[in-house]
Order: sequence, then C-alpha cells, then structure tokens
Amino acid sequence: MKIIFHTGRYFLLLAKVFSRPEKGKIYFKLILREIENLGINSLGIVIIISVFMGAVITLQTAYNLENPLIPSYLIGLTARDSMILEFSSTIVGLILAGKVGSNIASEIGTMRITEQIDALEIMGVNSASYLVLPKIIAAVFINPFLTIISIFVGIFGGYIAALTTGAVAPSAYIYGLHYVFIPFYITYSLIKVVFFAFIITSVPAYHGYYSSGGALEVGRSSTMAVVYSSILILLFNVILTQLLLT
Amino acid sequence: MIEIRDISKSFGNTHVLKNISTFFERGKTNLIIGQSGSGKTVLLKSIIGLHKIDEGEIFYDDKEFSKMQDKDKKEIRKELGMVFQGGALFDSSTVQENVMFPLDMFTEMSYNEKLERVNFCLNKVNLENANNLYPAEISGGMQKRVAIARAISLNPKYLFCDEPNSGLDPITAIVIDNLIRELTLEFNMTTVINTHDMNSVMEIGDKITFIHEGQKWWEGNKSEILKTENHELNSFVFASELMRNFKT
Ligand SMILES: Nc1ncnc2c1ncn2[C@@H]1O[C@H](COP(=O)(O)OP(=O)(O)OP(=O)(O)O)[C@@H](O)[C@H]1O
Ligand SMILES: [Mg+2]
Repeated sequence: MKIIFHTGRYFLLLAKVFSRPEKGKIYFKLILREIENLGINSLGIVIIISVFMGAVITLQTAYNLENPLIPSYLIGLTARDSMILEFSSTIVGLILAGKVGSNIASEIGTMRITEQIDALEIMGVNSASYLVLPKIIAAVFINPFLTIISIFVGIFGGYIAALTTGAVAPSAYIYGLHYVFIPFYITYSLIKVVFFAFIITSVPAYHGYYSSGGALEVGRSSTMAVVYSSILILLFNVILTQLLLT
Repeated sequence: MIEIRDISKSFGNTHVLKNISTFFERGKTNLIIGQSGSGKTVLLKSIIGLHKIDEGEIFYDDKEFSKMQDKDKKEIRKELGMVFQGGALFDSSTVQENVMFPLDMFTEMSYNEKLERVNFCLNKVNLENANNLYPAEISGGMQKRVAIARAISLNPKYLFCDEPNSGLDPITAIVIDNLIRELTLEFNMTTVINTHDMNSVMEIGDKITFIHEGQKWWEGNKSEILKTENHELNSFVFASELMRNFKT
C-alpha cells in the first residue's frame, strides 16, 4: 500500500518539477551551480575510487589467470570491460547515491522544515521546479562525463598496477586494452548513467521535499533517500542490461 | 482589505480552526492573538493558501482567493509578503540575495535597480552593512528584520507576520513592532500579525482578534481589550503580574 502511495506522490512531484519554469535565465544559473555542486565536487572521489578499482581488478584477474593457456592480454581486456560495463556506471552511481543523494535530501529537507519551501511557494515560485529541476538537469548532463573520466582513470590505475607489481607485462596489458573493443559497451554504459543520474537526484529530492518534523526526520529521510536510490540503481541496472545487451 | 468567512480546517480528526469569520482592514495592523497551539499559525497559513481550508471563503479585496485557480493565486501571491515564525531565510544565500530574490524572480529590473531597491528595504529595517553576510552569521533579531525586508521588497499590498518578535529582547521586539506599523501606514498595506505578546497588543493593536481553541472568541481594539469581561480573554491578557497591576 505504502509503496503505491510513495510512487504516486513521486510522480506527482515530478509533474510539478517539469512544469514550465518561471524564468529561464535564473534556471541557467542554478544549473551551472549544481553542475559544480554535484559534478565537479564529486570528481575527486570518483577519480580516487576509479584508480584503485582499476588496479585491483587488474591484479585479481592476473592472479586468478595463472593458466598458461590463457593469454595475459586478457587481463587488460577484463580491466577495460569491467570498468566500462559495471564499475564506472553502476558502482560510481552507487557511490554518488551516497554522496550526492544524502546531500540533496538533507538540503531540501532542511528547507522544508525551516519553512523555506513555504516561503518560495508564498512568493508564487514553483518550489519543486526551482529546487529539483536544476539538480536533475545538472546530473543528467555531467554524470556521463564523470563516467568517461572514471573509465580512463580506472584503466590507467590498472596500468600502474601492471607497471609496479609486474603481475602482467605492461605491453600485454595495453594490447589487451585494444583487443576486441565493442563501442556499444560505451553507449550502454552512458545510457545507464543517465538513468542513474535521474534516480540519484529525483529520489533524494522526493524524500527531502516531503520531510516533516525536525532535524531527526531530515536525517532519516536522507538515509531513506540513499537506501531507495541505491536499490533503484541496482534494479534498473538489471532491467537496462536485459534490455540493452540481449 | 481581507475578509474570511466561516473558515474551518482539520488535520485528520483534530479540528484546528472552527468557523472563523473576520476581516482585516487596509492601513491597519491587525493582530491575531491566542495561546500557543490555539491555531494562529494554521489560520495565517490558511489565509495565504499554504493550508487548504475545508470550508469557508477568503476574499482579497473582493476577489475570492479560496476559489481561484493556481494561476490566479500566483498573481495574488506576488502582492503578498510573509514573515514566517522562524524567518525562513534561504540559508545558502546572503542577506542581499535573500532580499533580491523576489525581484530576480518577478521583475525585469536591471541589477543596479534591484540593488537600489534592496538597499532601500534594508535601510527601512535599519540594517546596513549586512548585505554580504549569511543568515547563520547574523543574530535572530537581524534575521527577522531581513525577513521583513524580503517580504516588502515587491511592495506588497498584504503583509503577514507570524510572531515577528518572538524570542527577541523587549527593546528589539518593540523596534520591530513599530517598524511593521510604520511600514503598514507608509505603504498602506493590509497587515496581519500573529502574536502572543501583550506588549505588541498594547503597542500596535489597531484591531485584535482573539483565537481560543480554534474559535474566534473575541475581537476589538486595544482599549477595549482591557475592559473585557470575557473570561478566557481575561486570563490571557492578565496572565502576567505586570498586566494585572496595569488593570487596577
Ligand atoms: N501540519 C499539521 N498537521 C497536523 N496538526 C497540525 C499541523 N499544523 C498545526 N497542527 C496543530 O494545530 C494546532 C494549532 O497549531 P498552530 O501552529 O496554529 O498554533 P499557534 O497558535 O501558532 O501556536 P504558537 O503560538 O505556539 O505558534 C496544534 O494543536 C497543532 O498540533
Ligand atoms: Mg504559531
């Protein structure tokens, strides 16, 4: 029952979010600010985890493939495809759900309980659109770039691992990177990212927007926001993979 | 003028407002008084449409607000300023940005014109040199004043203040009361103020509506309130030693 209620209210909020905004120029500024907030400020964490994940994928594949019949350039291929297919889209999405999602839910939730949203409404501003639309647009725009950066940095991390540990010869690793490259994997990854970007902004915004009570409730809605956006990311990962890769 | 007729509002099974009718005149400071929890905030939010009323009618200068489409309500809202109980300043914006916000949203003024208007409003509330501070960096009384400046930035016809001086020292409280009264006279606004502060009542109460348990219990002006025989109002008005001394 509850899930129907929340789904219904979520879509009603989206309808409000996507109704015509008051003033284009102001929205443009807000979008730029959110690109910085949600995108540029997440660059650090995305780079750090991508380097390490690329390195660890390379090492683990290398140590698990000690069969001499399997060519070692497959390690490079594995690192490349793991980054493109799952890591740089889904795992980065999950991490951003934690970082960006809790940030959005607590920001909007605080605005709700301190009557800032009421203040917007009373001035005649469409608060849902004003607060949520710039975040969705910014994330949908910037997250694909984060993913592409993550892919490159991850592959580079694998290269560094190869170079420093000798688990695989760097030249074999590089050869593997070029081996049967399927461009559609990138498209698939970016399509997923756009869906995830929508989820990790709109779902936390929903939880924040309908917060009530005090600081404790805002904390709770921020936790719920992260939980639900993570579950939805995993669910859509399965659905989109089934739709796109078969 | 704002008139309300028989408005009722419930949250689930709690009937918060029960058949309240009254009117608030232009150029006057209209006070709504009552105990904590009596329904003052709910009444104010119902009048401005933040709460949907269950029954009754609300008129803004003969225009029936309660029956309007959202689009027409928006037009009324541009003529309306509200000072919330907690100030409700945007905490990621500076004082200047807060006051400029309605101008950004609803006017085509140039930046310099907007800045001039912002400084005019901040000057009205005696706040200078605070333009670039954030709400967290200024005191509660200053926040209230910024909230008032923001509320008047679009030159509203109607001004609503929910306990504008609660939590302030007596001197600042009176400064704010008088400020609201002066603005009301100067710009000929219809002003409605929620308060439970008897000082405000005696200072600026042109018209006083006493709400008790969600009902309109009494209304009158500040000289009548001291002579009232109404039991509940009497215990509200003369709750403090000071006011009791005042009576005798
Ligand atoms: N959103 C809401 N949902 C349910 N009940 C509410 C809601 N808002 C207010 N109430 C109830 O309505 C009653 C009146 O509340 P209101 O905030 O109007 O009091 P008040 O007169 O403004 O008090 P105070 O002087 O303390 O601000 C209270 O019993 C409160 O619990
Ligand atoms: Mg109140």
